[in-house]
Amino acid sequence: MPGAHINSTQLSRIETSLLPIREKDFGYPQARHLLLRAGFGGTDEQIRTLARWGPKAAVDHLLDYTDIPAQADPPDAFDSNIIRPRSQAEQREIRRARQNGDEDTLARFRTMRQQAQRADRNQMRQIQRWWITRMIQTPRPFEEKMTLFWHGHFATSYRTIEDSYHMYAQNRMFRHYAIGNFADLLRGIIRDPAMLRYLNNNQNRKSSPNENLARELMELFSLGEGNYTERDIKDGAKALTGFTYQDDAFFYNKNNHDNTIKHILGVTGNLDADGFVNAILRSQACAPFICAKLYKFFVADIPTDVKALKGPTRTVVRKMSIMLQQHHYELKPILRRLFLSRHFYDPSVMGTKIKSPAELVVGSIRSLNAPPRNMSIIADAMDKMGQSVFMPPSVKGWDGGRSWINTSTLFVRQNTLVYLLTGRQANRNFVERTNYDPTGLVASMNDPRLDRNPPSELIANELLDLALGHRPAGAAQSLVEAAHKVDQPNTAKGITTMLTLITSMPEYQLC
Amino acid sequence: MNLHNDPDGVHAYTRRAFLQSSTILASAAFTVPAFIQSSAFAFPKPETGLASIPGVNEDNILIIIQLSGGNDGLNTVIPYRDDTYHRLRPTLAVNVDNLLILDKKIDLALNGAMTGIRELFDQGQCAIIQGVGYPNPNRSHFTSTDIWHTAEISGTGDGWIGRYIDAQCCGYDKGQSGQPDGSHTLEPPIAIGREAPLALSGRHMMPVAFESPGLFEWAGGKFSKEIIEHHQQLTDMSHEHANDDSNHNFLMRTAMDARVSSATIRKAVAAKPLVQYPGSSLAKQLSMIGSMIRAGMKTRVYYASLGGFDTHANQAGGHTRLLRQFSDAIAAFQKDMTAQGNADRVTTMCFSEFGRRVGQNASNGTDHGTAAPVFMFGPKVQGGFHSRHPSLTNLDNGDLKYTADFRSVYAEVLDKWMSAKSRNVLGASFKHLRVLNV
Repeated sequence: MPGAHINSTQLSRIETSLLPIREKDFGYPQARHLLLRAGFGGTDEQIRTLARWGPKAAVDHLLDYTDIPAQADPPDAFDSNIIRPRSQAEQREIRRARQNGDEDTLARFRTMRQQAQRADRNQMRQIQRWWITRMIQTPRPFEEKMTLFWHGHFATSYRTIEDSYHMYAQNRMFRHYAIGNFADLLRGIIRDPAMLRYLNNNQNRKSSPNENLARELMELFSLGEGNYTERDIKDGAKALTGFTYQDDAFFYNKNNHDNTIKHILGVTGNLDADGFVNAILRSQACAPFICAKLYKFFVADIPTDVKALKGPTRTVVRKMSIMLQQHHYELKPILRRLFLSRHFYDPSVMGTKIKSPAELVVGSIRSLNAPPRNMSIIADAMDKMGQSVFMPPSVKGWDGGRSWINTSTLFVRQNTLVYLLTGRQANRNFVERTNYDPTGLVASMNDPRLDRNPPSELIANELLDLALGHRPAGAAQSLVEAAHKVDQPNTAKGITTMLTLITSMPEYQLC
Repeated sequence: MNLHNDPDGVHAYTRRAFLQSSTILASAAFTVPAFIQSSAFAFPKPETGLASIPGVNEDNILIIIQLSGGNDGLNTVIPYRDDTYHRLRPTLAVNVDNLLILDKKIDLALNGAMTGIRELFDQGQCAIIQGVGYPNPNRSHFTSTDIWHTAEISGTGDGWIGRYIDAQCCGYDKGQSGQPDGSHTLEPPIAIGREAPLALSGRHMMPVAFESPGLFEWAGGKFSKEIIEHHQQLTDMSHEHANDDSNHNFLMRTAMDARVSSATIRKAVAAKPLVQYPGSSLAKQLSMIGSMIRAGMKTRVYYASLGGFDTHANQAGGHTRLLRQFSDAIAAFQKDMTAQGNADRVTTMCFSEFGRRVGQNASNGTDHGTAAPVFMFGPKVQGGFHSRHPSLTNLDNGDLKYTADFRSVYAEVLDKWMSAKSRNVLGASFKHLRVLNV
């Protein structure tokens, strides 16, 4: 398979053009790359189909996903009332119990609260499994990929807010606006109960401002450090006063809102939270910041600081941000342009990005047709790899890139693949019944001309094309030898052996 | 992709050499891989523990603990006689019944939860450096953490320990890898946890990180033992042409580190500690570190962390609980080191990315602040207080003004404990505070 492996001479000239890739340059490696980055990878058959369609139809298919029917969540998928505010009657009862030293009543309320928290943690685990399953099963992979992007961008953690339904509602909001307008996402996030609680804006009152949301709204969500002043934070916090929530809904408490004149990012007036957002959107730093984040997520592991960007990356991010401004923060046109661009398929871009845990796990199950097995074990493994969905490590989200990889997480990554493919786990002797059938995974196995008996090296090489995107010298031979030690190379066991080995190669961590 | 960073393929050569040497040693019946065991002469006797060799600080070990989230220094080391403290913290000031008064002549007390640390203080094995910070404090967790980890005010670049270790193998060249001079072997620092901390990450040497020993080995052998050799073959095969700073090469190096260190570490931490450790996360981490030290591993820097110090709301109960975990874990670790006979070789340093504001907020918590105390433990520290306590009235925008630069602490650790040249690692000279008694 030509094209995917990089050598040093190719690196000297990196394509920075956002012009569309030529039809003739779009083959199996490019279609595979597109599916990996704009989705969670594809099967051999899906890759071949997109390659046949050509770049435009392939990108349209991924991006215009609203044309693809998908099952909507039932409205009662999760219980919104596990964590709920206390009713006035309950509050009265507690007050009375406190006054009277009625320890029994107070203890009863404490127990109720603890039970609710336990039930809620349980529901949070269900929601985690629900989302990972959705990523695995969706016919609209780009929708979930963008939802994951926004989750990492507007990072909010259940560990702090302890309300699973708020996390679920936020996830739906991200999915709803996934490739809409960035302005809507900003307006959505300052009304989102999970975020308002996470960054303490429910405690941001005119009488005692809390600057947490105001700071992060600029530092991490829209402009980046250095593009605002401490004064902008102070006055931004004033603009956000009174933005809070009641039970599961946004609530504007105008008694707590500060109506004084504010100066934010060069705009002066009695700004409210939307005025603050508008001031942010006017800033020249906003589009480059968002484009650098998108670039980092979809194209290459780069520093988040826009000013630190160099060379080709700097050029491409600048072009993208000019476009984003021209399109008034509409995201889809910019992403379409990016996924069609020659830059996106440059050899320095393809096969060089470190997979996030979600990309690794979901992508392996999707592209290798692996059985998803026990979702709790999968969710736990992702946590050990450093990506527990709904629980990012901080408001900064996941750093991504090399920070995913260390000796510890590398073992977890390899061993999760061992588990998916063979049902075996590092620290347990219990073996899950293997129902993995990889016979027919790649084209040669389905080729009638080969009479279901393709040459072993061809199978190994096609497995390498699918899983790694290239064929390291000598690899096929070693794989075939290993398969022979376990079974024949064209049986389920033989192919499982080869895949277990391929997925434990360091290159498998790249996409 | 930057070939000019590495014109002679230095990385590739060293790694290959390193792999070969470890294979050779393994076949010569050594159980500790070359990069962990610095030389055959220094090979310890794990059963008896390491007898310390006076004056030879090649054997010294540094434990770094981060109290993540920004520890409230003022409720840890408490200026309990200061009216301002009580005035600005009407509900959060630690009650007099919950103080551990160290010395009636000193206006400072420890939080009541820190009984273990108090005992160490009384034995002269606890140094408290007051008001540690840096100029133009940054109140972002991430940036300030990066500043502490890199020892650079910009918060960018390689980790300070990473640079030190790079220098050990390759000579000083701040943040860059030079040519290995062969005088030192490579011993990557070890971090307990999922993340490899920036402080330990160098250009040449990356830390080994692991969360639990049971997961620190490839499970493919459980499917078929016969494929393990193919697993190694395939990993090494792809290594041959990787000689640049690409993600590809980074993954190769990490895969190799993982494989080589897996067996040693699992064996070390399987041993039962000599003392009973509490059940907290930090205690478990320190217990594993203790076991690795006891097994005679030549690792010189270990890293552990305790999170949850970002106490914006309803701080009192949670903060006290964290301080108790911290103090109890440290006390158990010091007992372990003494029981092992390794106490004189081990110094522990504890920091947090920042302290918290002097005044409490409206949510019975505290917001991000600036300077805070750094703790150091072990028989070789100069016990007691160092530097000055920052004034609670002469503030900078409501925050404490730092009285000691954190790089002064690093400099002393590097110069006196790690036998390095701090000026070359830190890029400037910082005055020692005489916290170490060596």
